[in-house]
Amino acid sequence: MTWPALRTILDGAVVTAALAAVSILLSLPLGLLLALLRWRRIPMVAGVLAAFVSVVRATPFVTLVLFVFFILPSAGLELEPVPAAILALTLNTAAFSSEIWRSALQTFPRDQLEAATAFGLSERATFTRIVFPQIWRANLGPLVSEVTILLKCTPAVAVIGVVEITRAAGRVGAETYEPLPPFLVATLIYTALIATLVRGQRVVERRIARRFGWVRP
Amino acid sequence: MSGLLVVWESRDVFLWGAANTLSLVLSCLLLSIPLGILSAIVLTEATAPLRRLLAEVVDLLRCVPFLLLAYVIYYGLPEIGLRLDPWWAGLVSLTVYTTAYLAEIFRAAFLAVARDNIEAAHAFGLSRLLLYRRIILPQVAIMAAPVIGNQVITTIRDSALLMIITVQELTFAANFVSANHFTPFAPFAAAISLYLLMSFAVEEGVRRMERIRTVRYG
Repeated sequence: MTWPALRTILDGAVVTAALAAVSILLSLPLGLLLALLRWRRIPMVAGVLAAFVSVVRATPFVTLVLFVFFILPSAGLELEPVPAAILALTLNTAAFSSEIWRSALQTFPRDQLEAATAFGLSERATFTRIVFPQIWRANLGPLVSEVTILLKCTPAVAVIGVVEITRAAGRVGAETYEPLPPFLVATLIYTALIATLVRGQRVVERRIARRFGWVRP
Repeated sequence: MSGLLVVWESRDVFLWGAANTLSLVLSCLLLSIPLGILSAIVLTEATAPLRRLLAEVVDLLRCVPFLLLAYVIYYGLPEIGLRLDPWWAGLVSLTVYTTAYLAEIFRAAFLAVARDNIEAAHAFGLSRLLLYRRIILPQVAIMAAPVIGNQVITTIRDSALLMIITVQELTFAANFVSANHFTPFAPFAAAISLYLLMSFAVEEGVRRMERIRTVRYG
């Protein structure tokens, strides 16, 4: 493989990393918001959100991407491939991560919530001071797994024409008539990205353990 | 309304797509469940070098996006002289990928089987084969059912990516119909409902296993 070919794939890697970063920043808070809304059991809303989560959970990600890209224009929202890809990734990861946040909220010790109420903390202060600092630490593992799954989903956005690692590799393969080497390089890049994330998780976990001494399992 | 009509008129395409998705997923499960159990047994029982090698392979596979694995297998097999049509290449990649995840699931489930059960089985002189067949695997099937169910749903989701290596499965069918009739909504809605139906079927299976568990273990 030549140097320009490698450059094409590396440019794709930058796009993949940017797509993943933006979608993570959007989808984890959105997932938390969905979980909080479901936690409060507002009639109607809870049902709609539950339905949303089970539909996204069952829909293959490529199907979701094609759906977002081809359907939204007919509803009057014309999206370029990149925003459409970000929207699809965000919807998908928000649905999955909301389940992680929700189970964390459900198993949150009642006595702490009651103690917070007894001390007269407002609902907001209870969440920002008591609940959130504990649940993000306890759920770092599952959340990072979700993020690696998001990274593994990104090749699917190649179908709507976003030139990320996979599509760049496909182009190189089409030009050189040797598809295997670029795809092997692409696989290596993904593995490196995901391994870095998992390594980062271990570092953060060690920091947490050093600072707080103990992580709620 | 015209969208629904289009879907109804091209029902053959959808049925063919759904049949391909189902046949891929079912063949993949028939192959990867036994292979996953076998790998998990190797991961728990084999000697250190073999065990470590397999653990590395499993970890590596779990780092690779499925689509890339499918590409590498689809383009790589001809290089070593094996020319497969897309469906078979899809089945091979789906099976390899799912086996890696199932191996981890089964390994965790083996570790969760109570030690005293296994010691009791040894004390009664059960052979290793009988130990797995009668003591470990039945408990694993019941205990790990929800996690295995999740993995089956993931496999169904992953199978849609095979449209990119031109396997004519359900998402391929939806895309084909919507491109040919210029009606985007209905074909994709139909495909998504069929996927929902499949995942409901899996969830129903998991619920049955859970009912068995409550009957047996309270």
